[in-house]
Amino acid sequence: MSDTPEQTDAPAPAVLELSRIAKAFGAVVALTNGTLRLERGSIHALVGENGAGKSTLVKIVAGLYQRDAGEFTLDGASVDFTSTAQAKDAGIAVIYQEPTLFPDLSVTENIFMGRQPRGALGVIDRRAMKAEALALFERLGVRIDPDRPTLGLSIADQQILEIAKAISLDAKVLIMDEPTAALSGVEVERLFAVARGLRDEGRAILFISHRFDEVFALCDTVTVMRDGAYISTSPISDTTVPEIVRQMVGRDVTTLFPKTEVPIGDVVLEVRGLTQPGVFSDVSFVARSGEIVALAGLVGAGRSEIARAVFGVDPYASGTVTVDGRPIAKRSPSAAMVAGIALVPEDRRQQGLVLDSSVARNATLAIRRTLARLGLITNAAENGSARIWASRLEVKTAALDTEVGTLSGGNQQKVVLAKWLATDPKVLFVDEPTRGIDVGTKAEVHRLLSELAGQGLAIVMISSELPEVLGMADRVLVVHEGRITADIPRAEATAESVMFAATHAEGEAA
Amino acid sequence: MTRVGHLLKARETGILLALVIVVAATTIKNPAFLFSTDGWRDLLLTPAILMLVAVGQAIVIITRSVDLSVGSVVGLSAYLTGRTFIDLPGLPWPTVFLIGLVFGGLLGLVNGALVAFAKVPALVITLGTLYIYRGINVMWTGSDRINASDMPKEFLALGTSSLLGIPYLTIIAVVVLVAAGWYMYTQRAGRELYAIGSDPAAAHLYGLKVTQRVLAAFVVCGALAGLAGVLYAARYGTVNSQAGSGWELDAVGAAVIGGVAIFGGSGTVWGAAIGAYLLLTINRALPVIGVQDFWQRAVVGVLILGAIVLDRVLAVRQSRRLTEARNS
Repeated sequence: MSDTPEQTDAPAPAVLELSRIAKAFGAVVALTNGTLRLERGSIHALVGENGAGKSTLVKIVAGLYQRDAGEFTLDGASVDFTSTAQAKDAGIAVIYQEPTLFPDLSVTENIFMGRQPRGALGVIDRRAMKAEALALFERLGVRIDPDRPTLGLSIADQQILEIAKAISLDAKVLIMDEPTAALSGVEVERLFAVARGLRDEGRAILFISHRFDEVFALCDTVTVMRDGAYISTSPISDTTVPEIVRQMVGRDVTTLFPKTEVPIGDVVLEVRGLTQPGVFSDVSFVARSGEIVALAGLVGAGRSEIARAVFGVDPYASGTVTVDGRPIAKRSPSAAMVAGIALVPEDRRQQGLVLDSSVARNATLAIRRTLARLGLITNAAENGSARIWASRLEVKTAALDTEVGTLSGGNQQKVVLAKWLATDPKVLFVDEPTRGIDVGTKAEVHRLLSELAGQGLAIVMISSELPEVLGMADRVLVVHEGRITADIPRAEATAESVMFAATHAEGEAA
Repeated sequence: MTRVGHLLKARETGILLALVIVVAATTIKNPAFLFSTDGWRDLLLTPAILMLVAVGQAIVIITRSVDLSVGSVVGLSAYLTGRTFIDLPGLPWPTVFLIGLVFGGLLGLVNGALVAFAKVPALVITLGTLYIYRGINVMWTGSDRINASDMPKEFLALGTSSLLGIPYLTIIAVVVLVAAGWYMYTQRAGRELYAIGSDPAAAHLYGLKVTQRVLAAFVVCGALAGLAGVLYAARYGTVNSQAGSGWELDAVGAAVIGGVAIFGGSGTVWGAAIGAYLLLTINRALPVIGVQDFWQRAVVGVLILGAIVLDRVLAVRQSRRLTEARNS
């Protein structure tokens, strides 16, 4: 470290300081008060629920987004990054949540792209580059063939590659956005050792994670964010997990998402031994009439893939899916629909809606066949059916012929729900039903799901929001790396028990 | 794996082998195909100009774009070359040579700028400029045409003469190919073109200069098409308003046959060049073997489909192998 002589009681200048950063995407406000102060030689945790604005903050630091308002200084000087290259040049390295690799290129090239070691005539020194890559892997204690293409690497190896890339940048600020999500225990330990080494060299590290055990094991300071705003920063030794959780959630978890008690009926959906190599394996569960079953787990654990396979969109190698005791053909969404399965996908804009079409057209999309007379659909039939569902779900739209794309996120979600409910399903899969929806509408969607369960529907809800899972689910199935690792009844489901099962490998979960 | 092993497995080796087989089979049928002065010369000469265009096309395709206007660029620069000799008779031929090259580069710049800044897929942009450039050509040329007598002898010699039994055109094409191949493999900018084609979003996150690189790829592609236009004038001596028409598809076909992935990120200019040789050599070989005219285009089509299917099969096999390697 090259510290300039200073009075010991004056605060050292922060390497990176963000203050009151705001950022909105159209009408959606992602950040209202992003505030963060990173010190030299410190590992700083940034925690918050999904949607708290952590990733947006990171992307502003990385130069990917530009802030709307607020102060951003590096070593005391104000900066305005307009590209990722500028942030990189300023000494900021970022490991993103999703690996960003070039599948066609070799592992080595992926690490050094844009800054390969060069010899005479600017010729890339491939030998030196490979040696450096091997040295990096040595330091991380992993064995990856540096010459192989990154295509086909496991998620864990991809993540390690991202880490190797960031370390090789020799940055003064290293940001890790959930780097451990896909890593095994040994790999996590190695990563931590490297992070501590970098800290001792005087670098500032920002560590974003949902795993509190890791936060407490690694970090010295923790900043909590909620709903796009800064809540608190404290030394890790002065705080506790319950305290952080309370600040993250900021409200009483259990009363926010009330699922009304309804009698639970017979088994409607039964999934047995569903396996697709490399994606999920030996997945078995049942969903009963009137029951809400939550599929919880980390992003990337394979929950959406399971739902898509059950619905017949994705293939599976072995296993069975039955509805009311009747098996359903695999790889056939139409067979699944006929049997009474409906799937409200995660990405409603891409997979759930035809944005340029009207509310009525979208709401009747899944029942066009039954609506048609001699192959023709009249506006009256379309509007009639749509009106029923629009009013039952309280879709707020000027008219049924309004383009769906102009509705708010919550109302779009209701239209998708209407579309599937019109098919009169027995089992409803909802994938992240409240992602990107404001708090008020969230509650409405939850009330709706609860009502539907009350009417005897079996609901399988995929959700990454813990409060939602705990509040809504009669049973929580936790998926970890493509397997169901825990089946927790409502009474026993707590943030700790679910998070524990979601973050720990086989055998340990209750 | 050893160097030899890599070489044997390389996609380019397979194409080269196919080329050798075609030449060998045709030569057995008619020895003059290879073992005559004309046969030897034609074998080397005919594909040389297309090879230049294919190399440029490959560079653009590697960045996950495509340039459909290259045929029109060839035609326009060929006519410009002839016109310059007529209108500015005092100009030495190397200057005219350079004018054609720069002119092609400028047309490429227009393509690149439209693609990079208008954010419209290159397929659509260059389909537009294909017609625009050709339209300008037709307007300018009218029913006129350039004849060999309009151009200086030394310049025409460039298109027909040889050095030590190797035509000048072939030498130029090979020099360009070697330079392009060297650049794409050893230079940072070359590797970044692959990265951009492999995953444009990731390239952006890496902080690579995506816009600038894609623009450069189009300029190079245009310049090579411009060079091809100049050489077209030298080789054929006659240039009308339809010169180079349809070459864009030959160039794309050559690149695909040579193993350049149409979605970018992989393949080499070497493969594209060999693909161009194979494409035009087959065209010449089929009549010798006795295949009807009628079927010749279809054979080219089969070749392209075959190459794509082969790529697909190889990709699936590789993906499976890599996944297994990780699981074991």
